[in-house]
Amino acid sequence: MTNPTNDLETAAHPEGLRRVAIDPVSRVEGHGKVTLLLDENDRVHQVRLHIVEFRGFEKFVQGRPYWEAPVMVQRLCGICPVSHHIAASKAMDMIVGATLTPTAEKVRRLMHYGQILQSHALHFFHLSSPDLLFGFDSDVARRNIAGIAAAYPEIAKQGVLLRKFGQEAIRITAGKRIHGTGSIPGGVNKNVSAEERDYLLKDIGQVMAWSREAVGIARRLFEQNLDLYNNFARFDAHTLNLVRADGALDLYHGGLRARDLSGNTLFDHYDYRHYWDVIFEDVKPWSYMKFPFLRSLGPDQGWYRVGPLTRVTQCDFIPTPLAEQARKEFLAFNGGSAARATLGFHWARMIEMLHAAETMEELLHDSDLQGADLVSSGKRQARGVGVIEAPRGTLIHHYKVDEHDQIVRCNLIVSTTHNNQAMNEAIRSVARQYIDGRKLTEGLLNHIEVAIRAFDPCLSCATHALGKMPLQVELLDAAAERIDVLARASDGTFCAD
Amino acid sequence: MTAPILFFAVGNESRGDDALAPLLVRGLNGWSKAEGLAKRLELLEDYQLQVEHITDLVGRDAVLFIDADFSCTEPYDFSEIFAAKDESYTSHAVNPAALLHAYRRVYGADSPPAFLLRIRGHDFGLGDPLSERAAANLDHATRLAVELCKSASLDYWRGLTKG
Repeated sequence: MTNPTNDLETAAHPEGLRRVAIDPVSRVEGHGKVTLLLDENDRVHQVRLHIVEFRGFEKFVQGRPYWEAPVMVQRLCGICPVSHHIAASKAMDMIVGATLTPTAEKVRRLMHYGQILQSHALHFFHLSSPDLLFGFDSDVARRNIAGIAAAYPEIAKQGVLLRKFGQEAIRITAGKRIHGTGSIPGGVNKNVSAEERDYLLKDIGQVMAWSREAVGIARRLFEQNLDLYNNFARFDAHTLNLVRADGALDLYHGGLRARDLSGNTLFDHYDYRHYWDVIFEDVKPWSYMKFPFLRSLGPDQGWYRVGPLTRVTQCDFIPTPLAEQARKEFLAFNGGSAARATLGFHWARMIEMLHAAETMEELLHDSDLQGADLVSSGKRQARGVGVIEAPRGTLIHHYKVDEHDQIVRCNLIVSTTHNNQAMNEAIRSVARQYIDGRKLTEGLLNHIEVAIRAFDPCLSCATHALGKMPLQVELLDAAAERIDVLARASDGTFCAD
Repeated sequence: MTAPILFFAVGNESRGDDALAPLLVRGLNGWSKAEGLAKRLELLEDYQLQVEHITDLVGRDAVLFIDADFSCTEPYDFSEIFAAKDESYTSHAVNPAALLHAYRRVYGADSPPAFLLRIRGHDFGLGDPLSERAAANLDHATRLAVELCKSASLDYWRGLTKG
């Protein structure tokens, strides 16, 4: 079994082709750029998603004492700092030789599922809903958060309050709204008081109800646009995800499972502390972001997809009743078509949001959250690996610590990096379906962005300084001379240079 | 009880001059307590503004957003801002005026009066320290923020804005 060919990655004869760049990709976290090479007949010869910014964070943490890592790595990303906080903490658990107490693990789980809930809510209600509710070709002036708030005020409000609830769970478990210190090597530094528990329980029923409604919205989008949703940006991929020992969906801990295009298991319950034996990272000269692959299949064929769509379709079951029912309906929908569709990411993401809400409710009724046994330790180790399923997919933190307690090596494989090749495949599929042979329009280019946004990529840029986010489409000749440019102004209108 | 004045700093301290706003409110923290302002003034910070931050605006008499800026005049720009529909394609972050607009949409009422203090930054590289020029701008901006803390009068605040 082989992955689809990587055609459209590199043009056979790039000379003389026109280059179109979508720079930066909008409504994704950080800065990305898509380039297309077109000939004089608008036929597409090359499509690439470039990551513009070089993260450099792995160097940044070298030389720091290991106990600082769970706090420092939160600065990696303004959107999912908690995921890095927890993954680094898990790695440091290994360093200090700890086996977590029940209270420590459950407090961390509450924090993590709060992060899942708020991140998924943001993505669905505010980043993707403009495309999904108005259409990919709709008026660009409506296709934004404000447009949603105007046309669907209740949905916008639910998105705000779901996200706020997740943030409150994070504040309570991490100790602060940002720069949380709740998770530490070997455990946590605070429990959840009865008062804090009751504060979250007060709203959990509403959060569950809204999450169920969101699953329904995602389903209706498929039902109303079956052909589009089934086929948009479609491609087949190997998969990688964590599963619990019994095969259940578990976003905090488990073993690695990889499956091929036909669903055959390549490895299962693999101990992630030795992930490098099954996953390797390739580099390509045209992108800063690495291209991970399954070692057994090699760099060309071994790329894979991670994230909500993979997790929901590749786990054996979801261990909360409402989300499990939703998963079964998702898998059964139209003969399983949604589970194979790139836009199935959105539906799967809402099933996970419902699962997060259910899990949080279970945890809030667990008296271990009020326990006093917070930290453990054991035999000191030199190497620590922490893996979780973050909102966007599998997240790997790997550290080596010397005898002076300093971090001497760090390797991070973030969810978006796992999906690097998969995102490239998705946009090449769109290019073949919608762009090849046609005159470019903003609506057509937005199709590419819709495909990227389905993955909810986080391209690592917590810098947000004002005045930085224009969208520019450049047309260059073969000598890379700019011959035309189209810019999206801050008011959403397009203007020529 | 909700403090009537909110200073909301936005920035990531690991990104060079992006630390300007967080550093400003942290600098004010001890001072405001010593001055007995803690009940009147709340200091918050986050990496970037997001839609749920509208819930932090509820019940305030005035809000000051503080952020580093690539392009404003030296050392800072201080202005009153109003709800504005953000038509732009954005990343996960929203701008302050768009946040006020979201407030109006969600709560069905105008947000509290809001102001924006943009502090000029220059270098935003990962792991960079605050640049010398930004540090000088921070001193100027802090002096303005202290002035604002001393009076809750909107007229006084408006008198300090440019234009």
